[in-house]
Amino acid sequence: MPTDVVMPQMGESIAEGTIVRWLRKVGDEVNRDEPLFEISTDKVDAEIPSPAAGVLTQVKVKEGETVPINSVVAVIGVRDTAAAEEPAPNPLPPSANVASAARVASPQPVKNPPTGPAAVRSGGSAEGGRVRSSPLVRRLAREHGIEVSQVTGSGLAGRVTKKDILAYIEHGPITALPTPVTATTKSPKPAPTFDADHATVAVPMTVMRQKIAEHMVASRRTSAHVHSIFEVDFSRVQRLRQAHNTLYEQSGAKLTLMPFIAKVVIDALRAMPIVNASVDGDQIVYKRDINLGIEVALDGGLVVPVIKNADEKNLLGLSRAIADLASRARAKQLGPAEVQEGTFTITNPGGLGAVFGLPIINQPQVAILGVGSLEKRPVVVNDAIAIRPIAYLTLGFDHRLIDGVVADQFVGHIKRGLEQFEAPIE
Amino acid sequence: MAKTTYLDAIRQGLAEEMASDDRVYAIGEDIGLYGGAFKVTEGLLNRFGAERVIDTPVSETAIIGAAIGSAYLGMRPVAELQFIDFVACCFNILTNFAAKSRYRWGAGVPLVVRGPCGGGVSGGPFHSANPEAHFLHTPGLKIVEPSTAYDAKGLIKAAIRDDDPVLFLEHKLLYRRVQDEVPEEDYVVPLGQAVVRRPGDDVTIVTFGAMTHTALDAANQLAERDVAIEVIDLRTLSPLDYETILQSVAKTNKVIVLHEAQRTGGIGAEIAAAIAERGFEHLDAPPVRLASLDTPVPYSPALEAAFRPSVEQIVAAVEHLVEY
Repeated sequence: MPTDVVMPQMGESIAEGTIVRWLRKVGDEVNRDEPLFEISTDKVDAEIPSPAAGVLTQVKVKEGETVPINSVVAVIGVRDTAAAEEPAPNPLPPSANVASAARVASPQPVKNPPTGPAAVRSGGSAEGGRVRSSPLVRRLAREHGIEVSQVTGSGLAGRVTKKDILAYIEHGPITALPTPVTATTKSPKPAPTFDADHATVAVPMTVMRQKIAEHMVASRRTSAHVHSIFEVDFSRVQRLRQAHNTLYEQSGAKLTLMPFIAKVVIDALRAMPIVNASVDGDQIVYKRDINLGIEVALDGGLVVPVIKNADEKNLLGLSRAIADLASRARAKQLGPAEVQEGTFTITNPGGLGAVFGLPIINQPQVAILGVGSLEKRPVVVNDAIAIRPIAYLTLGFDHRLIDGVVADQFVGHIKRGLEQFEAPIE
Repeated sequence: MAKTTYLDAIRQGLAEEMASDDRVYAIGEDIGLYGGAFKVTEGLLNRFGAERVIDTPVSETAIIGAAIGSAYLGMRPVAELQFIDFVACCFNILTNFAAKSRYRWGAGVPLVVRGPCGGGVSGGPFHSANPEAHFLHTPGLKIVEPSTAYDAKGLIKAAIRDDDPVLFLEHKLLYRRVQDEVPEEDYVVPLGQAVVRRPGDDVTIVTFGAMTHTALDAANQLAERDVAIEVIDLRTLSPLDYETILQSVAKTNKVIVLHEAQRTGGIGAEIAAAIAERGFEHLDAPPVRLASLDTPVPYSPALEAAFRPSVEQIVAAVEHLVEY
């Protein structure tokens, strides 16, 4: 029986996903759980594993295309019966080994896109990696001696439109990218290059970038943002870290600041359920579970993996969970469940030295904690000036639900928790 | 110049042709004493007499049959069908006799079959048809459908002067709702010529009849968003003016064919296919058809509104094409 491969639901609010890249091509044998394709959604970029072992007999959705969740994007056939299920346009000799013959007949692997003009596909080829355009664009390209694949597409699914090719004809290439396949889907963000005549270049946003833009503006529009900033002395936390890090390292974990902050945030959320809530019309929706989101910066975007039932974990468990989610987020290996249902988010603008940030709430949550850079600063302790490791914590909160007093009690709780950290370390 | 309604313009054109050519006469149900179901022929009986404004029994086949016979004998009949839906009754004599005569033995049939078509007035399944596609497939028949009063007069006169059969579709929604400046003097709007109702660079809408006005409404809305629509009013549906259509497509590179008849097998399919064949390398997006649903015309006003193409649908289709 062939198995349908569907676009997974990568989050409860996600309606569609974009295929960024096929990691296997038609005719390839695939093993169950072997990465099959990369997707980009509203919430995460991820590699999607094959749901079955067999031969990839059909790819229904091309790179760069966006389809609703649960759409069939490919079909995995049983080995050796692939030809019967999905005859190739040029039927293979019946005696041929289907899988290997198909592999020979297929174009070059996607990972090694052709770069020279000689390798550019002729129009009409329907193989994956074809640059979408239109008859008009292909005619204009022919008339001007341009390879369509050199033009960055701004249309639906990265299609090269009339506007794109006319701009190309008029202004020449807008980036130095010669790669036909990846240019419209994913690129390693080269610095834009400008030519002598033009002071600006336009490049299409990635799906992630578009979604972040959408969410940030929507959040600003939804919540009445207020920010409250507290100065926190991390002396005790630093001492505990130094004392116990070796121990943690022995068990394969690393004791960073974040687990400490997560731990006291969880305690504060348990003490003040109004912060672990959301607004639904004129109802306050309290959340039983504390699902802590921790923002991870990615190349060209960010993602917020969520530690489910974070209040059930001790410091070691938190520290493992944070390290695991962060590394898998960077490798685009987060599962759909791992970016959903967050009830509160911590973000870390201090990573690159910001003293504090004014973060935007991650909807539909009602507050977000920003952690500024940890630095030794002169502070007054018992009427003496002392040098202490200090960081500013910012709470961005939704004034629709949370008043300043409540917010300050909440951050006060966190400040106290960190300055007098008492939870068991092991 | 005084404003004249679409309906009055047709009457003017018909009367002028009857006055200038004795061979022209009108025939149909209740067109004399009663002045026609929609009053298009009102006053003509008094002016031209019962020999030239002939009331008939209720038989569409008889009306068209008599008209074709008289045309063979040198007359130029203008036959009215109370609702164009009933032209189906005359399918055989129109397609097998009138349309083929010139090809068979060189005899033209200078017949005009005119009648109210179209919906939007809760006419229901028997009084709202847009039958152009049934006849588009018939070589030898011309089909005309004006969208303005000026064209209505100029086209009915051109149709009457044509030496071959013409199906003249009058959109009943426009009869009294559309009025514009119509010269009192003699003029014709030549058959086979479309007109650009509104110039634009972004997307072409090819349409005709009442949908011309729907397209222009959509174009006005889209202009506020800096999307420039070119609206082509076909006026003559057979033979089609491909030159005007293809010129526009060569400019905008994106095209919607909009009509009120049902979608499947409609005139939009023919036009879209021709654009794809003849204008392929000018296309920056697939030609799009917008038409009514593939059901009979519903009677309920709410259902009919959902059945016919709307401004909202046009705007959505244009937005998709602009993004494409």
